[in-house]
Amino acid sequence: MRATLAIVRKDLRIEWRTRETATTLAVLGVLLVTVLAFAHDPDPDAAPLLVPAVLWSAMVFTGLLGVERGFLLEREQDCLAGLRGAPIDPTALYAAKLTVNVLLLGATHAVVVPLTGLFLHVDLWPVLPSLAVVLLLGTVGFAAVATLFAFVTVRLRTRQVMLPLLVLPLLIPLLIAAVKATEAVLGRGLGGAPDALGVLVSFDVIFVTAGALLFPAIVKD
Amino acid sequence: MPPLVSVALDARGIARDFGGRPVLRGVDLSLGGGETVVLLGPNGAGKSTLLRILALLLSPRDGVVVIQGLDGRAARAEALRHVGYLGHESACYPDLTPRENLEFYAELYGVDDPVRIDELLEWTGLAEAVRRPLRTCSRGMVQRVGLARVLLHRPSVVLLDEPFTGLDPAASEALDERLRALRAAGCAVLAAVHDVPRAAALATRVLILHAGRIAWTSPASVPDAAALAEVYRATAVGRG
Repeated sequence: MRATLAIVRKDLRIEWRTRETATTLAVLGVLLVTVLAFAHDPDPDAAPLLVPAVLWSAMVFTGLLGVERGFLLEREQDCLAGLRGAPIDPTALYAAKLTVNVLLLGATHAVVVPLTGLFLHVDLWPVLPSLAVVLLLGTVGFAAVATLFAFVTVRLRTRQVMLPLLVLPLLIPLLIAAVKATEAVLGRGLGGAPDALGVLVSFDVIFVTAGALLFPAIVKD
Repeated sequence: MPPLVSVALDARGIARDFGGRPVLRGVDLSLGGGETVVLLGPNGAGKSTLLRILALLLSPRDGVVVIQGLDGRAARAEALRHVGYLGHESACYPDLTPRENLEFYAELYGVDDPVRIDELLEWTGLAEAVRRPLRTCSRGMVQRVGLARVLLHRPSVVLLDEPFTGLDPAASEALDERLRALRAAGCAVLAAVHDVPRAAALATRVLILHAGRIAWTSPASVPDAAALAEVYRATAVGRG
């Protein structure tokens, strides 16, 4: 736990100092929301139907970029060797990177969600608590998978191709459930999509556990 | 040569391939407390790979590494508490200051001793640059912070891969002094270097690694620089 907190604090301190990842993700998020919202320009009745697609498209693109940058930080000056040579459980490194990725994606949601509501003329304020629950569940599942594979691909020259190729097929059930749950939040409420919520929770439990178990083997060499 | 206190590191039959190409072919190596062993060898001889295996950063295909009696596989985390490894790069974060870097690694190693950090910062001569991100420091400064990181938790086995690279003469002299102090304190040091005269001056034992094997081990009394250069040429360079 101490090692996890130390790595989280270190990553957030570097991010606060450079603002590289947060700025990049926010700019990309704004760009995606703008393009998607104005490309469709829906009428007021159809606009809420577009919200889930815009939110989760932005999430996937910004998320893939964000998790990759988290490990690039460790490549410079071979800092990964410093972490791997420290007497810590490798799971602490996975937990730290997962936490930082969730926090950074959460910050991106804080920009993307209001903008989506604004551009699509949908008042998201009343459903914000329920929407936050769905976004959190989706973000944790996304980050659990992407953090694991970002570590695998960060040492490859073709990482920008390999990361989406490896991650996106695994994320399909999560994305379908997240879109369905978001639709429910905007219509019948959070209780309107129990199956989708069940998939999100199960996905999180399975992939966070799998990530924690597999990461030590991946980090070994 | 100071007496060996104990076997600090023992490696037996270390072999490792990369892409089917053997890089190390059964290396046996022991380091005693109070020894400074210098590893010489041409580029591609396997020095860096051997150091990374001894630092438990790479798994060997064959062989075992035992550090202070602890098996590097079965008790990796415990064994790592005894090891300090400096590779070609410092493993320090360019966007953190030297102090922040040392504080971060102190947390990872459970070193709760701010005085130790102050002492190491003073030794690195970076007290004035202590508030600057490492990115703004020179290569030599970064190397010194990397070395301070390695020594932070007072390891009994120090593994250094070309530690003099990028250091000016004054910094090299300071590193020489530090290595002598480590030897006096009973620390086992293994350093890969390219500079034969420095190896002769520094080492209590010299090993020449060639084509993945220990091709030559110095006698108890390390030859002078000229003789060592001759042996090196005959052992490693002359064989191509």
